[in-house]
Amino acid sequence: MSAIAPPMRTPEIGEPTSALQDKLQKIWETAPGIRGFFSTVDHKEIGLRYIYTAFLFLALGGIEALIIRLQLAGPNLTLLTPQQYDELFSTHGMTMIFLYASPILSGFSNYLWPLLFGSRDMAFPRLNALSYWVYLAAGLFLYAGFVTGNGPNDGWFNYPPYAERDYNPALNQDFYSLGMVLLGISTTVGAANFIVTAFKTRAPGMSINRMPILVWGTLTASIANLVVVPAVSLGFFMLWMDRQFGTDFFQPRGGGQPLLWQHLFWMFGHPWVYAIVLPSMGMVSDGLPVFCRRPLVGYSLVALGTVATMILGFGVWVHHMFATGLPGLSLAFFSGASFIITFPSMIAIASWIATIWLGRPVITTAFLFFASTILLFVIGGVTGVMTASVPADWQLTDTYFVVAHLHYTLIGINVFPVVGATYFWFPKMTGRLLDERLGRWNFWLMFWGFNIAFLPMHLTGLFGMPRRVYTYPDDFGFDTLNMITTVGSFILAVGVLLLLINMWKSRRSGAIAGNNPWGAPTLEWATTSPPPPYNFAVIPTVASRHPLWEDALDEEEARTTLDRGMTLDKGKEALETTLMDAEPERILRMPEDSYAPLLLAIALGVLFTGMLLQLWWLAGAGGLGCLLALIAWLWPRRDLLEREAAHG
Amino acid sequence: MTSTPLDYLSAAGEQASVTQPLTWFMAIVSIIVCVATAIFIILAIRRNQATTGGAAETAATPVERGGNGIRWIGWAMVLSAIPILATLIWTVAALAHVGRLPRDEAFTIEVAPQQWWWKATYTGPDPSQNFVTANEIHIPVGVPVRLRLVGRDVIHSFWVPKLAGKTDAIPGQVNLTWLKAEIPGRYWGQCAEYCGDQHAHMAFEVVADTPSAFAQWRARQLQTAPPPVTPEQKHGLALVEYRCGLCHAVAGTNAQAVIAPDLTHLMSRRTIAAGMLQTDPAIIAGWVEDAPSLKPGTLMPAQHLSGDQLNDVLAYLETLK
Repeated sequence: MSAIAPPMRTPEIGEPTSALQDKLQKIWETAPGIRGFFSTVDHKEIGLRYIYTAFLFLALGGIEALIIRLQLAGPNLTLLTPQQYDELFSTHGMTMIFLYASPILSGFSNYLWPLLFGSRDMAFPRLNALSYWVYLAAGLFLYAGFVTGNGPNDGWFNYPPYAERDYNPALNQDFYSLGMVLLGISTTVGAANFIVTAFKTRAPGMSINRMPILVWGTLTASIANLVVVPAVSLGFFMLWMDRQFGTDFFQPRGGGQPLLWQHLFWMFGHPWVYAIVLPSMGMVSDGLPVFCRRPLVGYSLVALGTVATMILGFGVWVHHMFATGLPGLSLAFFSGASFIITFPSMIAIASWIATIWLGRPVITTAFLFFASTILLFVIGGVTGVMTASVPADWQLTDTYFVVAHLHYTLIGINVFPVVGATYFWFPKMTGRLLDERLGRWNFWLMFWGFNIAFLPMHLTGLFGMPRRVYTYPDDFGFDTLNMITTVGSFILAVGVLLLLINMWKSRRSGAIAGNNPWGAPTLEWATTSPPPPYNFAVIPTVASRHPLWEDALDEEEARTTLDRGMTLDKGKEALETTLMDAEPERILRMPEDSYAPLLLAIALGVLFTGMLLQLWWLAGAGGLGCLLALIAWLWPRRDLLEREAAHG
Repeated sequence: MTSTPLDYLSAAGEQASVTQPLTWFMAIVSIIVCVATAIFIILAIRRNQATTGGAAETAATPVERGGNGIRWIGWAMVLSAIPILATLIWTVAALAHVGRLPRDEAFTIEVAPQQWWWKATYTGPDPSQNFVTANEIHIPVGVPVRLRLVGRDVIHSFWVPKLAGKTDAIPGQVNLTWLKAEIPGRYWGQCAEYCGDQHAHMAFEVVADTPSAFAQWRARQLQTAPPPVTPEQKHGLALVEYRCGLCHAVAGTNAQAVIAPDLTHLMSRRTIAAGMLQTDPAIIAGWVEDAPSLKPGTLMPAQHLSGDQLNDVLAYLETLK
């Protein structure tokens, strides 16, 4: 017990009057202009920035893919030199996996979570801002390498010794390793924020079995990130030490082991691929039922399946390393674990199909994206099972079969749900609906383009085309298949372009959405579109999993209260609730907008640039900057003390 | 469907033969599962006369629970358990067969892949039976041969799809694997782990000979290079010793370096530059003159010999059969 008891206060209960709204608006509003732009900690603004930035990286990674596809359109082409090709395929992987796939999900979750929870912001708003700024800094850092001809050139998983200085003397790998350590900071603080937000800031009554599946997905992914990101950050830091100080962690000449890298990387890498699909699977689990006009089938099983996938996901990393000469017994173990992970995934698939089957589907663009995810997931899943079989994998691995497999999982279970989610939540974010007619073109071009590009690629793999070759001979049966893939990839790109055009167009001229255009069940649809800075004038009290469908379903007597609740208007306040049952615990004093996150991110950028260029005075200045920014950030302030909420 | 050099849908070696039906089984089950899923999704949409539209149509459709559907999940788990379990058992059985080193191997070959070619060292019962070759590995058909994969620079992966799956060659460790060809023939091999600029052109061939042809080949590999006869050949040998000998070896001459492919039986091999080019005097001439223009990044430097020098070098190299 602390010596001073926390100050107590009974929160006022009230109704969302316009006087209250005006008061909250003044309290929560971000300052206009450049000041607010650099200091805002509003989760909605940060979420949108994440989404825009991630889509920008998706476009960049897509352009890189198209150039790669031109080089591979026919045999023995010389559009690119081998070095250019190597940097392009590596940068494409890095961009899509690290700078698009994960941040886009962070963006949606950042934007949506406090709205889903009926709360006013993330648990740690300034940490949230830091997470974005550091992501942006890491993205710029990594791309600074690429545009100066120092992009990653050893694939996204970057095996040493090729990544070591002996074989890779330029700055490529220094940019990549330091950039990844920097990005790891963003992921880590973001993950910590998500976990605390999910556990402690849900509206009263939103017990843990009433959280949307998207929350389960992002929460599980965040916990996984906290566990595994240290492994990869350590790996990249050791690689940088190898390169700068000759530590030889991954070089046998100094007693190191190249395989150590593979373990460190895949202990992170495999959980990570679940971390970038579980939240998007959550988008399908939450979005699809809205268009089927019924609750999700088997909510509890899907939620548990999400968690089970992640737990099993920690124990399958060696299936990326079947050919490295590990003992047969351990191969059999990891092979078995990789088969078993099919089952929790099956839960989601069966639940989604059953939801359509038992519902009354309305075919919108979002529905098409969500429903097609099911099929693409299954295709990516069965090929995953094939590669889990050790003897078969010894043939399949490192061929285009794996390239096809991983694109079915990442495009199928990340990009398609994300585009569906964009159609679904864009009205909430902007107040306007995306155009449905353009949406159909968007969907069908993406769907056929994607399948034309990647379905035949399985055959390219079975014909034995190895991954990561900058060209191929003309008598190996690869020509026609590669040409088809190139054509498909351009159709896919046109589809993605239509999405961006639709977003651009509809932002100004789309149909006005209103609070709840789809008649959806969750709390984000209870507030205006776009929501006010404070999200909800009064904190709702939740009575079920589907607060806005209670009258239609009429399954319980209790009703969610939206128009009467805690007002929390004595300053920037939010409510802390208990972990399992979400009972009110404390009144949280939320921080004002702050430059500290931006300054800390800039200082980190300077520190890493100094390390990159071996300008130790610059690194020292950056480190000092970090220290100062942290001191400013953490300076104790009485007005941020939490208030114990008196019960009753 | 005709067979192509790297496809593993047709097998000619024991490991590939064991694995191939498993791969086919999984592929067919996979296709069935995907088609069934697609049919279910389409039926599910058709079944309730789905409406088409946007937000207005969605919001106008009433919400109703209509059955809890939990049985679906149960059935899906049960139905998927059957093929998964079958695959798991088959996998472990195949792994036990393919992954176990044979005890009755004919001999061991040390294979040392390096940027961007394959060095193969054959060891016999006594050291005089040892010899070195590159990019073309001969084995006798019908008997298992053990391979010691030695990592030299970066990670590479040894892969002859028609005969066996991949095994990595990793610096600092030795990986053991084996090959057993069932049908005589030439089988294409390819590096399967990304290893730098010329990963694309790091191929080799495994030649499965009848036992008598193999014995013949082996006997010839043990011979040293014939002495030069013509003045051109003699001058060529001098140049080879002086220039090529910095990296290459020709047994029986002063060229004894081991960091590049052994040239003693250069002309007996079907390709040069790790499967990239045909062994043909004109192509070799181009390669010697300016290898990097043919294979960007190759460690073989351009020689820029004069016309006469090149003719002499070729005259000598052509005797290395």
